[in-house]
Amino acid sequence: MAKPPVTIPELVSQFGPTLNRIPAHGWNAEVEPDRIVKTHCCFCGQQCGIQLKVKDNRVIGFEPWEDFPFNQGRLCPKGVKRYMQDEHRDRLKAPLMRKEGTGFVPVSWDEALDKVAGEIKRIQQTHGPDSFALLGGASLTNEKAYLMGKFARVAVKTANIDYNGRLCMVSAAAASKKVFGIDRAANPWSDIPLARAILIAGANIAECAPITTNYLWQARENGAKLIVMDPRITPIARNADLYIPVRPGGDIGVFNGMLHIMIERGWINREFIAQHTTGWEQVEETVRKYTPEYASRIAGVPASMIVKAAEIWGPASTSFLLHARGIEHHTKGVLNCMAAINLVVATGRIGREGCGYAMITGQGNGQGGREQGQKCDQLPGGRDIENPEHRKYIAGVWGVPEESIPHKGLSIIPIFEAIHAGKIKGLLAISSNPMVSLPNNSYIREAFEKLEFFSQIDFFMSETARHADVVLAGSLMEEDEGTTTNVEGRVIHHKKVVDPPDDARVDWKIICDIAARLGQAGKFTFDSPKEIFDELRVASKGGICDYYGITWDRIDREYGVCWPCPSADHPGTPRLYEGNKFNHPDGKAHFQPVEWQPAAEEADGEYPIILTTGRVVSHYLSGTQTRRIGALVDQYPQPLCEMHPQLAAKLGIAEGDFVKVESRRGSVTVRASVVKTIRPDTVFVPYHWPLDRAANNMTVRAIDPISNIPEYKICAVRVSKVPEPHDAIAELEMEAGGVR
Amino acid sequence: MNGAETMEFFIDHSRCIGCKACVQACEECDTHRGVSLIHLETIMRPDSVQTAPQVCMHCEDPICAQVCPADAIKKTPDGVVQSSLKPRCIGCSNCVLACPFGVPKYKAEINQMMKCDMCYDRTSVGKRPMCATVCPSGALTFTTRENIERTRQGMAIRDWQFGGETVRTKVNVLVPRNVQKITVTIEQIEATSTNEYDVANLLLGD
Repeated sequence: MAKPPVTIPELVSQFGPTLNRIPAHGWNAEVEPDRIVKTHCCFCGQQCGIQLKVKDNRVIGFEPWEDFPFNQGRLCPKGVKRYMQDEHRDRLKAPLMRKEGTGFVPVSWDEALDKVAGEIKRIQQTHGPDSFALLGGASLTNEKAYLMGKFARVAVKTANIDYNGRLCMVSAAAASKKVFGIDRAANPWSDIPLARAILIAGANIAECAPITTNYLWQARENGAKLIVMDPRITPIARNADLYIPVRPGGDIGVFNGMLHIMIERGWINREFIAQHTTGWEQVEETVRKYTPEYASRIAGVPASMIVKAAEIWGPASTSFLLHARGIEHHTKGVLNCMAAINLVVATGRIGREGCGYAMITGQGNGQGGREQGQKCDQLPGGRDIENPEHRKYIAGVWGVPEESIPHKGLSIIPIFEAIHAGKIKGLLAISSNPMVSLPNNSYIREAFEKLEFFSQIDFFMSETARHADVVLAGSLMEEDEGTTTNVEGRVIHHKKVVDPPDDARVDWKIICDIAARLGQAGKFTFDSPKEIFDELRVASKGGICDYYGITWDRIDREYGVCWPCPSADHPGTPRLYEGNKFNHPDGKAHFQPVEWQPAAEEADGEYPIILTTGRVVSHYLSGTQTRRIGALVDQYPQPLCEMHPQLAAKLGIAEGDFVKVESRRGSVTVRASVVKTIRPDTVFVPYHWPLDRAANNMTVRAIDPISNIPEYKICAVRVSKVPEPHDAIAELEMEAGGVR
Repeated sequence: MNGAETMEFFIDHSRCIGCKACVQACEECDTHRGVSLIHLETIMRPDSVQTAPQVCMHCEDPICAQVCPADAIKKTPDGVVQSSLKPRCIGCSNCVLACPFGVPKYKAEINQMMKCDMCYDRTSVGKRPMCATVCPSGALTFTTRENIERTRQGMAIRDWQFGGETVRTKVNVLVPRNVQKITVTIEQIEATSTNEYDVANLLLGD
């Protein structure tokens, strides 16, 4: 069915989101914890170390973990208040079954799991194995990500599994693989303060990776020059040496323009290029026409800024490039990343102290979640599902015939297109909230409504879970144990802090239980996440992301271990490409020539303004967790539309006015925030909210042909002043999608 | 922590990113759990993203204590100016009006002034204050002066001039090397709009 069984306001009154404001055991400071558990924050790819205080199997507070080297006790507001997602009144504590007109009713695990397995079998028998799809997520532990990939190929036997890392890291991943043959940040964060020039392209570090800020400022104390490219003055940009207010989608103008100037002024390393790279001639040819003037027209900034950027980056003795979704969320996302990385390779400043680059992972396990085989085209260890050798190896690990492993399936947007086309009839999702996070949201909602069966594993009734026939009450990060891989490629250990409440279960057990009902109990005999990790280690052995030498014990002893780590006596690899050894068969880095191209939908006469979307510091992704934590909601309670005073004046809009932001696909009505810190041709709306406050109502369903990432950063909108809305959705609390 | 080292509080406003980790963490400190006492000021959002954290500066000769008619504000021998003492505070708000940094706040629900006490429960047992421990930008730091001098370009000072009033604080602020003292004038306080961070201007070029 996949339609909400009752109205949205009724579901909100039953399941929230509501706000948790008071810790378990109250604000009382006299309560002594039974235990203090060293673990990690679950919000974002930095994976900061944190200690959670526990009393009577309840999380009652936190304490900084100053010994963990990556963040040394530092946290952002999400980390500080993360513990308030525990003991939450919205927490799902039993499996639920949809009942038309009533809502959701609790059922036994047997009934819920029988229903899910029965529907998988029924749909596959009627419409074929690939008619049932799975969605995983990059907030899952490595163990669960691995399990989802195996579950898809061995138990469900569908080709169609993908994950929400498709919305996050795939452009960066594809670009890094093309140039270097490995998809991972090239350097540990300790290299950042040693760089003399730092280029930050499309990364709102202050809000999306706050603890990286200290690394940047430390670099500046050491004399580094900082360049920031962003259509908005972010808190980092305010104090940059050079801020480039690049037009959304104009990044290649800056990168190719910089390279053009660097060639002209002799700021490239021709010896390194000759010995360790291929493809330079084509790059040199391509950037020839990117004179500062030509580049300036593409970038939408004065040519002098591009020249200054080249003057900082070109002659620097050491340098570090950081990029994130700002350049990646484009139909040319892979091209953007490659053009940026060309600036690194052309100078030969990689693979040594203070020299390199990194993509900043967004989701909790943004790095590890993309390595273990829950992508539509991938097997564990970062292996290729179409490579016969890779298939054979994994078939051996799983004890299945190679030919039984499905081939490449659909990525997440094509999965929803196949649902529309009637080719996919059933869906099981975990760690994913497409009703907030996918572009062109009305199209996504229509897809859910077309499904014959939908089940969601979740800890809260997310906007997507409301569409489910069966909701399986799973586990929060702190209710289970496992590993994640942080932004540096460092594998770290999330400890189990408390048990799941009441009848909720740990996710991995739910997946194994469904596998058993699909007749594959023998392949899913795990008794603990540690056993899953041990199988993952073997499955990754010899792959690009080799975890074989990493054990939970080593992680605890060494504050994490960076992959590749092929054996127990291997120290791990914090810095890739030392000695200029790159991971292509020829051992070289492969330059990729990049030509600028327009976005799928540029501003035009009818929709004359560019909308760009992003995050705010107090919320995480689709807000399922952070829109339930009072302190974080208070900090940024509802989405605002940021616009420049020049644009606001033209539209007759003043600070705080209600405005309708409207694209060809949908709209939101939110309040205006009139600020000089954004380009006058661009508006910004953060995306963490649902329904009539969802920025993704407007965004375009266009994807990068290589990475399949959606173009969240550019679509065409018009903006107009409107009266305060008073419909039923507007009247909801702000955390539920209302507006004030 | 080495007992021989003196740990001090340092604020570097240029590092602040306005994330409010300090505000959220302050509320978790055991002496005043549930009440956040640090202030995070957004300077002028229409013009800039600039923000500034404000902890109690712990004046050597605290004005808040001087003006308190009930003698409710005490300075401990280690130089920390404590929050008001419950039995003494009469909720008159003299301190609120007198503090040049705007730190003390009157809490009507308890008819008492509360302010930052540098996490006395933590700092008095060798831990760092909550805000300066979690601050992800290093805008708030609790460390030795030697460490600051070694790792920062700015200079730590603690002398202030408010009109005719000279104030020396326990808490340091980091300023450019040529600055000896921070002089605050009425003109500065009244200064309002800036176009320094106007993207439209930046796009016009040099």
